[in-house]
Amino acid sequence: MGKIKKIHTPLDKKTILSLKHGDKIFLSGKIFALRDQAHLRITQLFKNGKKIPFDIKGKVIYYCGPTPAKNRIIGSCGPTTSGRMDKFTGVLLNKGLAGMIGKGSRSKDVIQAIKSNGAVYFIAPAGAGAYLSEKVTSCRMIAFKDLGPEAVYELEVLNFPLVVAVDRKGKNIYDRLQMNCK
Amino acid sequence: MLRYVEAKKIEKVVEELCFEANIFLRSDVEKALKRSCCSEKKNSISREMMEILLENARIARRKNLPICQDTGVATVFVDIGQNVVIKGGLLRDAVTRGVKASYEKNCFRKSVVEDPLIRKNTGTNTPCIMHMDIVKGDRVKISVMPKGFGSENKSRIKMMNPTSTDKDIVDFCVETVKLAGPDACPPFILGIGIGGTTEYSAYLAKKALLRPVGKYNPKKHIQKIEKNIQKRVNGLKIGVMGLGGASTVLGVNIETAPTHIAGLPVAVNISCHALRSATCKI
Ligand code: SF4
Repeated sequence: MGKIKKIHTPLDKKTILSLKHGDKIFLSGKIFALRDQAHLRITQLFKNGKKIPFDIKGKVIYYCGPTPAKNRIIGSCGPTTSGRMDKFTGVLLNKGLAGMIGKGSRSKDVIQAIKSNGAVYFIAPAGAGAYLSEKVTSCRMIAFKDLGPEAVYELEVLNFPLVVAVDRKGKNIYDRLQMNCK
Repeated sequence: MLRYVEAKKIEKVVEELCFEANIFLRSDVEKALKRSCCSEKKNSISREMMEILLENARIARRKNLPICQDTGVATVFVDIGQNVVIKGGLLRDAVTRGVKASYEKNCFRKSVVEDPLIRKNTGTNTPCIMHMDIVKGDRVKISVMPKGFGSENKSRIKMMNPTSTDKDIVDFCVETVKLAGPDACPPFILGIGIGGTTEYSAYLAKKALLRPVGKYNPKKHIQKIEKNIQKRVNGLKIGVMGLGGASTVLGVNIETAPTHIAGLPVAVNISCHALRSATCKI
C-alpha cells in the first residue's frame, strides 16, 4: 500500500498529471454533488446554449445524493454508481470538468474522454456514507432545489479518502477485473 | 379466538423498524464483515476499505446516522396471523404512515418517485413495497428492509430449463455477480429464489436476504449450491469496491418453492454489504 497523496481542488493540470491509477488520495476543497437528474438538466442546458448554475471548468463532481442533515453539516453522503452518469460525462469533460468521484466502473467512451481531456476519475469508499459525512466541513444547496435529494450541492471536504480509478492516461484499476470476470 | 391489533400500533412499529434498519447494521452482517476483514491481507487497500466499512457502522450507530445515504425503497414484509383483526384503520395506510414518519423524522433520504417515467419525487419515500401473507396464529410479524438501488439494479432473473443442472444455476448466479462487478458495493450478499413463477422467484430472492448471513438452507442439496456459489464468486476476486482481495461475497441465501414441470425460474437479488433489515412480532 503506497503513501497517501494530499491534493486540493480546483485540480490543476500538474496535479492531475501526478496522479496514477491505484493511488490513494486525500482530497480537500470544494466539490459539487450531483447525480442523474441534475446531469440530465445540465446537459440539456448546454444543448440549448443556456448557462448552467455553476462553472464546471477545473471542478470536481461527486456523484452523490446525501441524506438530509439533522443537527449537523450533512447526513450520510457516500458515492452513487458512476456508470449511470456515463452517457452525460463526455459532454461535461469537453466543457472542462477536471474530475469525478463515484463508485464502480466507467464506459470505454468515458475513459477515452478522460484521456483526451486530461481528467481523472476517483472512487470513494462505497456504502460508507456515515464515515464520509465526517469529512465534510460545509454543505450548501446551489441549484435544482425541486429535485429534492437530487439537487446540486456545493460541499467542502477535508481529507476525503479516495482512490484514483482512471488516471489521465486512461489507465484503469478495473482492467484487472475484466480478466477475472471474462 | 380473535385478537385485535390497533392500526396505530402497526404504524409505530413500522416507524421504529425503519429507524433500526437504517441506523444499526445487522449483527450477522457486521460479524460477516469482520470475518472478511480479517481474511484480507494486512496493510492491503482492501483491508483498509473493510476497516472503513466497520468504522462506518460504528459511526452510524453512535451518531444515529444512516449506514448508507441510499436509505432505499422500504420493502415491508407483513405476515398476518389469520386470527388477527386490525382495528382503527387500514393495514396498508398504517404501514405507509409508519414509513413516512420515520423517513421524515430521522432525515432519511426520500428516494421514491411517483411515476417511473415522469419521475417526480413524492417527498415522503412512500409508497413502500409491501408483501403480505396470511399465516397461522394471532400475531403480526413485520420486517422492514430498506433496499438501495445500486445493488437492486444489478439483480437478475432467468427462466431456466427444467433439465438444467446445478452447475447451470451456479453459472447464472456467478455471471450475475460478474455483471454487477464493482458497481453494486461489494462484498455482496446474494438472495436467490429458485422455483415458483417469475414473480414468485423474485420475491423469494428478496425474502432470502432476511435470513441471517452464514445460516445455510437446511436442505442439504441446496446448501451445496449455496457453498458452491460462494466459493466461485469469491474466486472472481472482485473484492471490496472492486479493489480485489478475498471478499466478494459475504453470504449466499437460497430459498426454494415448488414449480411447473416445464420450468426452473432462478432469481438473484444482489445486496450490497449494507444489507439492512429489522423485524418485530406484535
Ligand atoms: S448499493 Fe448499497 S451500499 Fe452501495 S450505495 Fe447503494 S445502498 Fe449504499
